[in-house]
Amino acid sequence: MADSPIIEARGLGTCFGQKKWVLRGLDLVVERGEVVALVGGSGSGKTTLLRHINGLMRPSEGSVRLFGQPLFSGDRLADRALRRRFGMLFQQGALFSALTVFQNVAFPMRELRLLDEDLIRDLVHLKLAQVELKASDAELMPSELSGGMIKRVGLARALALEPELLLLDEPTAGLDPDRSEAFVKLIKQLHAELGLTVVLVTHDLDTLAALAAHVAVLAERRILAYGPLDEIMQIDHPFINGFFGAQRSRIALERGRAVP
Amino acid sequence: MQPPRLSLSDEASAARVILSGTWTLAAISPCYARLSGELAAQNRGVDVGWDLDAIEHLDSVGASMLWRAWGGGFPADVALPDELRVVFERIRAAGQDGPVVRGRGWLDWLAGMGGLAEAFWRNLLGVLALLGRLVLDAGHLLRHPGDTPWREISANLYKAGARALPVTSLVAFLIGVVLSYLSALQLNRFGADVYIVNLLGIGIIRELGPVLVAVLVAGRSGSAMTAQLGVMRVTEEIDALATMGVSRSLRLVFPKVLALAIAMPLITAWTSAMALIGGMVAAQIQVDISYGFFIETLPKVVPVANVWIGLAKGLVFGFLIALLACHFGLQVKPNTESLSSNTTRSVVTAITVVILADAVFAIATRSIGID
Ligand SMILES: Nc1ncnc2c1ncn2[C@@H]1O[C@H](COP(=O)(O)OP(=O)(O)O)[C@@H](O)[C@H]1O
Ligand SMILES: [Mg+2]
Repeated sequence: MADSPIIEARGLGTCFGQKKWVLRGLDLVVERGEVVALVGGSGSGKTTLLRHINGLMRPSEGSVRLFGQPLFSGDRLADRALRRRFGMLFQQGALFSALTVFQNVAFPMRELRLLDEDLIRDLVHLKLAQVELKASDAELMPSELSGGMIKRVGLARALALEPELLLLDEPTAGLDPDRSEAFVKLIKQLHAELGLTVVLVTHDLDTLAALAAHVAVLAERRILAYGPLDEIMQIDHPFINGFFGAQRSRIALERGRAVP
Repeated sequence: MQPPRLSLSDEASAARVILSGTWTLAAISPCYARLSGELAAQNRGVDVGWDLDAIEHLDSVGASMLWRAWGGGFPADVALPDELRVVFERIRAAGQDGPVVRGRGWLDWLAGMGGLAEAFWRNLLGVLALLGRLVLDAGHLLRHPGDTPWREISANLYKAGARALPVTSLVAFLIGVVLSYLSALQLNRFGADVYIVNLLGIGIIRELGPVLVAVLVAGRSGSAMTAQLGVMRVTEEIDALATMGVSRSLRLVFPKVLALAIAMPLITAWTSAMALIGGMVAAQIQVDISYGFFIETLPKVVPVANVWIGLAKGLVFGFLIALLACHFGLQVKPNTESLSSNTTRSVVTAITVVILADAVFAIATRSIGID
């Protein structure tokens, strides 16, 4: 069991409507403990791929296996158990607007119908502290939070059930550079502490560089290239040239500056 | 993966608790109750030593359980590998200060009543303020007719007016049939069959038609207006409008109120006519009153004032329904719970207020239109 990859997508295809293929023949294998950044142009199907991985959408062709198990086994209990092994941070946070921050984070724990309230309270405060929120924020409603706080509460909720896999859809989009740097640091620290596997969608080169992650480039409806950042940047392809152009020149600039 | 286990050893003088296996949420789940019971039992001993060397995996759920068993601090005698200590340090750093949970007091019902009264007062003020805004808007439009939101008014007329005709006519026709059938049976006993025209004419045109329409429209269009404004609040669309310098009362509330105030008398006339047709059909079948006689008699026995009263009621009810719907829509807080409760509140309040207004009408017009 320990050997099977965390995510294994084979021959994945998605077709919206009649003939609009968004993904086709996509293969992706993510091993335990990796941090994978999924990059791609706007509308290239990153969110769609994430929705296949987290089981919100059935692919039109191909299959996804998580932790070596199929996502849609047909067995309700098995499916539910599988879904509790990963946490998802949605692009807009998707916090339950009628619940407080505390209740949002406690929700998945309460859904287990197992832990007692005292323990849940301790755990929620632990999760909030992990994402660097104050205990006094726990009673706020989602509408009273700033953009960065929403993302952090969403992250705390995604971490509630001690997931082995964390899926993040544009975690730093819409945050100012300071905030997004802090958020990236947070993810990095959680990854180091908890040994999570992380898959994140991002447009942001700084995020990418800071996480020093594996990069999966989504273009032409499939994973065009997969590997460490340095290797990816060497590839000569119009999308990669365009996407990393600025980054390349900046690294070159920094190298130039480092030379005395 | 070993299951979490807890065993005791008291070879020497001091008792030691030895923990082993995997202490993660997944592993703890099947035996949570047993484990927490065993941990609580250890807590009673005075000075137990704890041995965590044999733990394979520990996550914050397992650590929190232990931390709780230790009473929120490290025990004096504990064997703890460094990589596990980190997990406990994180719990220590998080602190244990939970939110204070307020208990229920025996005077809570009084506070609840006070809250209700306060909510009533607040809503009354809110509606009055909205009304004032509408008056100001109307004044503004008189001076700048170019600002009139014609498109919105016409869209609302169509949505709340024209689209409501099928359902109101169906309901009205059926109610007319039932009413006529039941009354005809009673009147027939006294040989007073012909009075069915008076009964239906006055009853439907003056009373039943307007109230029936008001209830249907409050449920149909009032709820839609509240939900629309509420969602616009949740998604901050109203704020977006405001920053573009578009007055929310002029663009969103005014057209709805005006359109419903125009549409309701028309729907009322239509609905009353439908109910009368239903009554006419049933009267013909039940007590053999011909269509011709019915139509001929109706204007003779129903003074025309009743028609005006019915239309005036329609106008006032329409105005009230739209005003309340907009008020509750604008009061929605940006969350789903508030959206649903305000939509309910809008419909219930509108129907209640309509019936109150109807009573006021009944008193104010008690000497008009009835010979
Ligand atoms: N439910 C849907 N129905 C039809 N087309 C969709 C749907 N969801 C996404 N798409 C299309 O699929 C493509 C990929 O979308 P998405 O995965 O959201 O892109 P992104 O990479 O920006 O996250 C887009 O062209 C989008 O228009
Ligand atoms: Mg997207």
